[in-house]
Amino acid sequence: MSEVIEVDGVSKRFKIHHERHNSLKERILHPGAGNTELFDALRDVSFSVGEGETVGILGHNGSGKSTLLKCVCGVLQPSEGQIRLRGSLAALLELGAGFQHELSGRDNVYLYGSMLGFSRKRVDQIFDDIVDFSELAHFIDTPVKFYSSGMYVRLAFAVAVNVDPDILVVDEVLAVGDERFQAKCIDRIRTFQREGRTILLVTHQADTVKAICDRAIVLDHGLKVADGEVGEGLRIFREHLLGGAAPGSTSSAPAVRVEAVSAPSGSFEVRHGGQLNLEVDLVSDQAVSGNLVIEIYTRSGLLVSRNDSQAAPVDLTPGATRVTVGLSDVPLLDGVYDVNVGVVDPQGGTVLGWREKAAAIQVIYDGRAGGVVALDAAVTQW
Amino acid sequence: MDDAPATRRSGLAAPVRVVSARPSLGARLRNLADRRELLTGLITSDIRIKYKGSALGIFWSMLSPALTLATYYLVFSIFLKNGIPDFVVYLFAGLVVWNLFQGGVSASTGVIVDRAGLVKKVSFPREILALSNIGAAVIYFLIQVGVLAVFLLIIGHAPAWGFVAVLPLAFLALYFLTAAIGIVMSAITVYLRDVRHLMDVVLQLWFWLSPVVYSYENSIAAPLRRHGLTALYFLNPVTPIIITFQRAFYAAPVVRSTTTGLPLHVLPSWSLGEFVVINAGLVVGSFVLFLLALVVFGRLEGNFESEL
Repeated sequence: MSEVIEVDGVSKRFKIHHERHNSLKERILHPGAGNTELFDALRDVSFSVGEGETVGILGHNGSGKSTLLKCVCGVLQPSEGQIRLRGSLAALLELGAGFQHELSGRDNVYLYGSMLGFSRKRVDQIFDDIVDFSELAHFIDTPVKFYSSGMYVRLAFAVAVNVDPDILVVDEVLAVGDERFQAKCIDRIRTFQREGRTILLVTHQADTVKAICDRAIVLDHGLKVADGEVGEGLRIFREHLLGGAAPGSTSSAPAVRVEAVSAPSGSFEVRHGGQLNLEVDLVSDQAVSGNLVIEIYTRSGLLVSRNDSQAAPVDLTPGATRVTVGLSDVPLLDGVYDVNVGVVDPQGGTVLGWREKAAAIQVIYDGRAGGVVALDAAVTQW
Repeated sequence: MDDAPATRRSGLAAPVRVVSARPSLGARLRNLADRRELLTGLITSDIRIKYKGSALGIFWSMLSPALTLATYYLVFSIFLKNGIPDFVVYLFAGLVVWNLFQGGVSASTGVIVDRAGLVKKVSFPREILALSNIGAAVIYFLIQVGVLAVFLLIIGHAPAWGFVAVLPLAFLALYFLTAAIGIVMSAITVYLRDVRHLMDVVLQLWFWLSPVVYSYENSIAAPLRRHGLTALYFLNPVTPIIITFQRAFYAAPVVRSTTTGLPLHVLPSWSLGEFVVINAGLVVGSFVLFLLALVVFGRLEGNFESEL
């Protein structure tokens, strides 16, 4: 597999001005730039992405993930290190950032295309596809200042995905447009994957990463803390970073560890329709009340159910606490399911502790239905 | 979509692009050459936006210099008779040069600050923003030269054809000089916002230091020579370019005064060969300045995002 993106020892340092001295007078009165602080947004990050890979970059706000993406796109220059790219790149960073309000949609398609680095000839060839995809055929000769924000974004997205880039860089823009258009965008991204293109995606939506990516990279405070399989990346993202044990973390949020999940019956096997009790051992560093969250996933990564004990928060004392979770009338069909367990803050929803794949339950089902859950389909003939 | 895989393969065969802290000058120039379509796109969109919705469109760009021209004509040929015949031609020849220089520099000075949204979000060589504004000034320049040509035809004033052949050299020198100053100023303005206003003042002063509304040879050459300041006056690189345009379009270095009937030295009596050498030297010098400007811009652009 040939490397399409190579990020080599990239650091990015920003100057933060506490007081701006931008006028000549102030520069003269305050030589030495006054209150300037250096901030390391990225610290010696290296990784490479092969042709056809879809890589998700995870990280909380301020972890440097957007900075990294901007460096890859060339919007920012790294302070140190370099990034090598092979092939053309289209970035969905800020959709429509290059649009000129006074110009028509048509003119903006050409202008935006050339900003992304594609020739007029190339845009000519795909102009109809772009208009079709954006569903703006009626308005293509209207100045974009009259567009709604949805139309605006749709046009920009249509240009970016139709110019046929080798590398697509996406930054949390999938939440645009109505639900139908979103589905269309996801669909287009999957087509890209099938065609063997390389995709780099930044998000903090774990579900998106799980659904789309082959690999996950986790950033924290500018450092790369994980790089590998998606499930593992997500585990680190949740446990390590959100659990408050992040390196260099300044938060004083209580940390809860999900120590172990066991079954009192000694077995994680349950019959369809039966009852399964799980015992969860939690260790907290202070007294805190939180909601217990249980997620059940199929082995193929489909979220079957997410529950939290909203109605009955658990009160944790410093030290170990054991809670029991009873799953009754298990509606699942046969198969192995992964269980993720976590504790979240009842107010803000901040994750206090999390354990990915804390247990695997085996469901036994004798019936003939297929799929994930049993649904009674009563057929009546009149 | 059928040709997509083929396009992609050719994309992968494409040379590796490198994003690094400090791209080399060669990389900058290659990058600029690769993105020339963006440059033309930005120039056309600039011009279209400027005249959008106006009935006369781009003809407005002729009206403003024509008005200036009419004013100067009234002042210098009718009220303050300076005795130079067809002084309008002399004036317009210098003015087109000055308009390109002044228009290009002042339009590009604030361009990075004005387009901060774009600079922070889309990847392209940032100097293209300055170059696109200068490109628009070049378009207006060409229109004005066209107006001048038509005017010469109407009044039957023949240009000096041998010297017209030097104009491409003079234009190149003017372009690189304008681009060099515009690019550097656009980057400095990001850090020092006052520079924009400072440039307005500097350009006004600069205008009077250049022989546009007065004749260098007729009015100030002798006093400058007396005080040994000729070399200092010619430190202004716009001056020889203006004189070249005047020599080509006004054509006559020595004319008979309309008021006194005595011969007037309007333009320096340099030979064609001297004009070629001067302008070729200017092209080389201004191209070096242009490269230097790209290097300086590259140094300064690294911190744009924390200043915008």
